[in-house]
Amino acid sequence: MIPLQHYLILSAITFVIGAVGVVARRNAIIVFMSIELMLNSVNLTLVAFSSYLGDSTGQVLVFFVMTVAAAEAAVGLAIIIALFRNKQTVNIDEINILKW
Amino acid sequence: MTFETVLFYGLAAASVGSAVVMVTRRSPVMSAIWLIINFFALAGLYLTLHAQFIAVIQIIVYAGAIMVLFLFVIMLLNLGDEEKLTEKISYRKIIGAGLSAGVLMELLAILGFSNIAFPEQNVDRAVQIGTVENIGKELFSTFLFPFEITSVLLLAAIVGAVLLAKRKLD
Amino acid sequence: MMNAAPLIVLFPLIGFVVLGLFGSKIRNERVIGILGSGSVGASFALAAWIFLSMLGMDAYERKHIVELFTWISAFTGNAGSLSVSVGFQVDQLSILMTLVVTGVGFLIHVYSLGYMHGDPGFWRFFSYMNLFIFAMLNLVLADNFLLMFLGWEGVGLCSYLLIGFWYERKFDVGGYKSGTSTTNDAAKKAFIVNRIGDFGFLLGMFLIFERFGSLNFDTVFGSASVMSPGSDLMTWITILLFIGATGKSAQIPLYVWLPDAMAGPTPVSALIHAATMVTAGVYMVARCSVLYALAPATLTVVAVVGAVTALAAATMGLVQNDIKKVLAYSTVSQLGYMFLAMGVAAFGAGIFHLMTHAFFKGLLFLGSGAVIHAMHDEQDIQKMGGLKKHLPVTYATFLVAAVAISGIPPLAGFFSKDEILWKAFSSDYGSPVLWIVGVLAAACTAFYMFRLVSLTFEGEERFDHQHVHPHEAPGTMTIPLIILAGLSIVGGWIGIPESLLGGNAFEHWLDPVFESANEKLRMTPHEADAVEYVLMTLSVLVAAGAIWGARVLYLKRNEIVANLYRRFAGIHRILFNKYYVDEVYDAAIITPTVRLSESLLWKGIDVRVIDGIVNGSAKIIDVASQWVRKIQTGVAQVYAIVFVGGIFVILMWLLFKQP
Repeated sequence: MIPLQHYLILSAITFVIGAVGVVARRNAIIVFMSIELMLNSVNLTLVAFSSYLGDSTGQVLVFFVMTVAAAEAAVGLAIIIALFRNKQTVNIDEINILKW
Repeated sequence: MTFETVLFYGLAAASVGSAVVMVTRRSPVMSAIWLIINFFALAGLYLTLHAQFIAVIQIIVYAGAIMVLFLFVIMLLNLGDEEKLTEKISYRKIIGAGLSAGVLMELLAILGFSNIAFPEQNVDRAVQIGTVENIGKELFSTFLFPFEITSVLLLAAIVGAVLLAKRKLD
Repeated sequence: MMNAAPLIVLFPLIGFVVLGLFGSKIRNERVIGILGSGSVGASFALAAWIFLSMLGMDAYERKHIVELFTWISAFTGNAGSLSVSVGFQVDQLSILMTLVVTGVGFLIHVYSLGYMHGDPGFWRFFSYMNLFIFAMLNLVLADNFLLMFLGWEGVGLCSYLLIGFWYERKFDVGGYKSGTSTTNDAAKKAFIVNRIGDFGFLLGMFLIFERFGSLNFDTVFGSASVMSPGSDLMTWITILLFIGATGKSAQIPLYVWLPDAMAGPTPVSALIHAATMVTAGVYMVARCSVLYALAPATLTVVAVVGAVTALAAATMGLVQNDIKKVLAYSTVSQLGYMFLAMGVAAFGAGIFHLMTHAFFKGLLFLGSGAVIHAMHDEQDIQKMGGLKKHLPVTYATFLVAAVAISGIPPLAGFFSKDEILWKAFSSDYGSPVLWIVGVLAAACTAFYMFRLVSLTFEGEERFDHQHVHPHEAPGTMTIPLIILAGLSIVGGWIGIPESLLGGNAFEHWLDPVFESANEKLRMTPHEADAVEYVLMTLSVLVAAGAIWGARVLYLKRNEIVANLYRRFAGIHRILFNKYYVDEVYDAAIITPTVRLSESLLWKGIDVRVIDGIVNGSAKIIDVASQWVRKIQTGVAQVYAIVFVGGIFVILMWLLFKQP
């Protein structure tokens, strides 16, 4: 019998790793992948709760999260492609025109 | 040391390990590969939680579709290993990493060291609700409206993606 | 019908508003004149009616208060509450003052119809005059200090407006370099000097409120009537109020505005600076007689200031060459007499002299106005002479007034001035020294008055016959002169003292008003005795002698005058320059103040501190925003870091909050 905390702690760890990836990498694609990692850790939390509480709402919500993640990945990558066409780079530090 | 425990810790280690490796690779392709491994580990974890449908969906959608999309884009942009520049250790990274570590500490404090009464796992119930049949039933009855809206969302995503990535007719 | 008293105050207010708003559109001078004079005339008629009905009442029933509405009501119910209402008090003293103000005021308004004829600001003149009468009536009819102060300030404002009526004309104001000042400067001087006095009055009011908890006359005087004399606070209060009086009534040290106030039109000088506004200080002291009775030290101060002013101003009037300036110094001197009376606790005598002075000084000013009008705005008496042939009515009335002011019986001035001199000698609060000063001043008065008459009306004609053709003034101007002359003759007869077998109706009329004061003072009553007759005769002889001397010197023996000028040139210069008081004030007070204001207050504080604060706060925001805008780096990851930071803070809060 694995206590629920273990799943939650695992999820927290993966989430933070994803967060570090978001803030610390320069390549936009890798930032995106870190975001996906964060979304997945949340999915894990939801499923864990759903399983332990016996409520299927959690898993249905995971379903929707996955759908949205897919849509967001598609649109985001399209943006990156458009960006690459204009600036020939995916280095986030160079995409800073919206500054002061 | 039950089988369950071994399985859990093994999969957990795989998940965390692949995550860490993913975040630190220099080339995007390697990062993608390691992310896929992370997804597989996660799917395994879902199975330990008796969430069969979600596990399968995870592999089909995430590892099968989204990661393929990522790899397509990486190949399209022909990034490869061109980023030979070492990433500078800038203030931003240190602060970001520091704050994230702080968040982790807090989360651990909340989850690990508090007196919250966490529920026990109810295996029978978990098995019951994790099946395709049950999820489908929920989707089409209680959650019908969000289900239909999701289809609109996907339509919007498709249109948006096509429009954004289209080569302009100059 | 006593309740109609507020209407007395209302009529001039209506006149002011109507003429002020519509006056410029009414082209017809006659309409404006009727409106302006009619409002004052209506007030006079109403006041006379009330007076007649008061005559029929018992002496102690004559006081009547009409409350209109509550003006200020602050913190009522608490200990520090201030409740002031607009109310009018009709009693023997105030009805007397009202009659003088509206009666003489009406005559002067009628006179102004002729004098100001053809002036482009005709409507403005009458609206200001009506405003003045309104404010003055507020002052004399008020039933509390604050309403009186409203009138006090109001008359100050009106004197500014009216002195500076021809605001662009050049006029030499004392203390300014010759040739640089205009009538507006004279008006400003009057207003500012008055304000200095008003500050004293205000402080006095504050102290009164602090001590008595109210500003209402009945409350304050009622509480005061059970106090015993000799407290320091009362001395302070009365001194401060008296400072206000020195400003308004032109005593030392704040008299410097009155000679320069002659810059205004002559009816203004007659009304404001002879008959009414300058008497406000005297009225105030009379009204607060109880308070003054509680502070004998102040009474001495008042008497001394009054006496010294009377003598000093009379000496200054001896050598002036402008007809109105002579009369101005004469006014300051006569006001000194009134304050001398107040200071020796002869309150009734002071008010008596106030009334007779209004008659003959008003007449003198109006007469001088007729002369100036006839001489086409020439005011230097050295350029006049022999006018009695050309201006017979003016000459006759002017002569009557001059005899009256010199104190020759049986004209009005004799009775009032003599009463003051006798009281100065014999009262417990007077002394023979004060009597001597008073007699000297009377001698000077008679002398300069007849110098004026001789040089202006008699003797050889010194004016330029080609350009100046003097003619008698029109009826609107001469009829008021005649009326005032009549009053100067008979006006004193209501105050004939017991020693001359009169009933002294005037003082008895005013007795109830000064009763509580007289109780406090506990003066020994005087029977008529031989000393009184001796002194009376002495003062008449002195005055007659001065008249004879002036006539001789200026009509027959001009060479003696020239000799005297040479021998006493130094003294003459000092007197002619008014003891250099204006120059002293300018050097000691005005110039340092102006310099301090310019260098410290303007350049130092206003520019650096205040502008600095305003501009500085703008600059701070400017600099701060230069910093803050750098938050928007445009790099998305920085924003993500901020997210994480926010989550960190929230979790921290969640962890450490107490349930």
